[in-house]
Amino acid sequence: MKTILKDLATALLVTAVLTILLCGAYPAAVWAAGQALFPAKANGSLVVGADGTVRGSTLLAQNFSSDKYFQPRPSAAGTGYDATSSGGTNFGPTSQKLSDSIKAAVKAYRDSNGLAADAAVPADAVTSSASGLDPHISPENAQIQAARVAKARALPLEKVTALVTAATEGRDLGILGEAGVNVLRLNLALDAISPAAGK
Amino acid sequence: MNIPNSWLQLALYVGLLLLITKPLGLYLMRVLDSRGETFLDRLVKPFERLTYKVSGINPNLEQDWIGYTVSLLAFSLVGMLMTYFILRYQDHLPLNPQGFPGLAPHLAFNTAASFTTNTNWQSYAGESTMSYFSQMVALTIHNFTSAASGIAIAAALVRGIARQSVTTIGNFWVDTVRVTYYLLVPVCILFALFLVSQGIVQNFKPYTVAKTYEPYTIQVPKVDQAGKPVMAADGKTPVMVDQSVDTQTIVQGPMASQVAIKMLGTNGGGFVNANAAHPYENPTPLSNFIQMLSIFAIPSALTYYLGRMIKNQRHGWAVWGAMFVMFMAGVLVCWKAESSGNPIHHALGVSASGGNMEGKEVRFGIFNSALFATITTDASCGAVNAMHDSFTPIGGLVPLFNIQTGEVIFGGVGAGLYGMLIFVVLAVFIAGLMVGRTPEYAGKKIEAYDVKLVMMVLMVLSATILGFTAWASIADWGLAGLNNSGPHGFSEILYAYSSAVGNNGSAFAGLTAAPADGNPHWDTTLGIAMLIGRFLMIVPILALAGNLAGKKLIPASAGTFKTEGVTFIALLIGTVVLVGALTFLPALAIGPIVEHFLMGAGTLF
Repeated sequence: MKTILKDLATALLVTAVLTILLCGAYPAAVWAAGQALFPAKANGSLVVGADGTVRGSTLLAQNFSSDKYFQPRPSAAGTGYDATSSGGTNFGPTSQKLSDSIKAAVKAYRDSNGLAADAAVPADAVTSSASGLDPHISPENAQIQAARVAKARALPLEKVTALVTAATEGRDLGILGEAGVNVLRLNLALDAISPAAGK
Repeated sequence: MNIPNSWLQLALYVGLLLLITKPLGLYLMRVLDSRGETFLDRLVKPFERLTYKVSGINPNLEQDWIGYTVSLLAFSLVGMLMTYFILRYQDHLPLNPQGFPGLAPHLAFNTAASFTTNTNWQSYAGESTMSYFSQMVALTIHNFTSAASGIAIAAALVRGIARQSVTTIGNFWVDTVRVTYYLLVPVCILFALFLVSQGIVQNFKPYTVAKTYEPYTIQVPKVDQAGKPVMAADGKTPVMVDQSVDTQTIVQGPMASQVAIKMLGTNGGGFVNANAAHPYENPTPLSNFIQMLSIFAIPSALTYYLGRMIKNQRHGWAVWGAMFVMFMAGVLVCWKAESSGNPIHHALGVSASGGNMEGKEVRFGIFNSALFATITTDASCGAVNAMHDSFTPIGGLVPLFNIQTGEVIFGGVGAGLYGMLIFVVLAVFIAGLMVGRTPEYAGKKIEAYDVKLVMMVLMVLSATILGFTAWASIADWGLAGLNNSGPHGFSEILYAYSSAVGNNGSAFAGLTAAPADGNPHWDTTLGIAMLIGRFLMIVPILALAGNLAGKKLIPASAGTFKTEGVTFIALLIGTVVLVGALTFLPALAIGPIVEHFLMGAGTLF
């Protein structure tokens, strides 16, 4: 019994010391160094408009649904692209609900991009991402959307595909991960050469 | 998908893992020796001494197994209570810019048990539940201490094997403090800074409200002046109204410092709900790669530590080899299943060449999602960079079975090694039975008492998983939590209790363990399962360590079964897989296996 009480006392003291060090000093040190060395990234890679308002983050998908913008992947985060409610659908492979939503998404994607009724649709375009905030679409998906965007903005297709190429983030170190097109960066580049008038 | 490139990534991963195993193992030799010298001594030694002084620890005093166990339990109890009360009353504590309320008792219990046991099962969504203070103090403290004590226990067991005719197996406090100060903290500082450089946030600001480019309209339930939803005439369906959304609220917080230890300590509890799939928790393929490497780094090095300590490096590498073979098998099966995709969706017009992208991120793609899922469940990490619930049936079977083998394929920090040593003892026992000799391991006779302890661990854990799964499968509260029906719903239950008992923490995350109606059953049973899974494993293991330490070493003879080489590796793998299969195959058959065939037949639920 006596040793148990002594152990509890030691546990309390060790926990107190470790709390100060691991939960105070350590995060504070990372904070100080992170803010000094990588301030933009430590604060969320935010996109700030000309008037100083924050418009989003290059790391997070936000909703784009009109024809003149590239559209991100479907999102199950909250009511869609809700960055305080990240997550996927968590529907399994034999889920009726998942099958229904993919069916609807395939039809909508074919219709809006003028694809044939039996054209295969890129997998990423009609499936929800894991976070609901996936900032990328696959290069194939972007190529298909490029034609629609060029038409909606009356731009030559080559100009739009050049922007797609510029917004494509390749594999890290040339081998890690998969290439993806950052939708927000691409849409900002589009607006820069062809301002979206009004809405 | 580029297949050769994926093989290249796999080779790079395995190559780097192999490369760090020996140096890190040698470093562990120094850290886990209370008199060991390291290159950090000049910087860290004063802190170490001060900690002992403040806490009244005599670093030269070793403990027997009971003393070691009592210290561990006392430390866990204090930490768990601290976390429970911080979570309950976070609304009265600082660093809560979003004004989150305190957690309900069952959710606070579940979370405190979860982090104390190195599980990091999360019944909550971090970004909408936890204050910065709760994340940084209540949760992060356990990310360090549960990892450090796991490594301490593994070291104690290895000492028990390596020593002879003694009663002591080390000093719990010294082991825990030294692992934290000399290993976890220094690596985490560098790792966290690297993560910031990749885009993980580290600040204390309130969430940022961004004005988005294209406002859109959503449907939300209409509420009356009292804030209650307005129901239609039938009294059941809520009335919906349009609401325009023109902002996006962006999460902030001290994330990088927490993510670093979450991966290195094989904890796995995400700062945000989507865990390592969230672009803030895992922004780039490079951050993903290093995070995966950090999961296996210490567990892999501990096999080298084992070999050094018992002066049989070939045995250390044999254990590594057995782990490696099982790891590769899991990766290849999961990768193949996910890249083959879902025929039901292909029939709807989804390109078959893209694989199963539901619940995956573009920057990781199929291969890195399958690799991460295998690693995180081989180890007891449980972080996810893709949603396992949306994997194909066989793709989801791999993480589930990995957990059910006891997470001994590299495994959690410390937990992987001591879990694997349970199977090693069982394997030499089986080998001994086959040739009719008293089994020996590392020069020690393995006797009835040792094998009873081993079997107790295996049976308690299996019975807990299957017992709770059976209960939840027929209870209203159990079924109410499901997100999927049919066999996949059953898989969600089986995965939940496997993950809880195995102290993994990943999930078929459609499962809602903290329902809106406040039913406490899921949270409470999972919390109990996690505590059983951690402590009813650790106590017998420390008893085994104590018993082995007291035995005499007997010189090896011509008849001694060699615990090295291909024969031993095969026997060890056979033991792990057979025990897992015999225990869980019936349950797996009515979950993922039957679902696989139903998916092929196009059946939907």
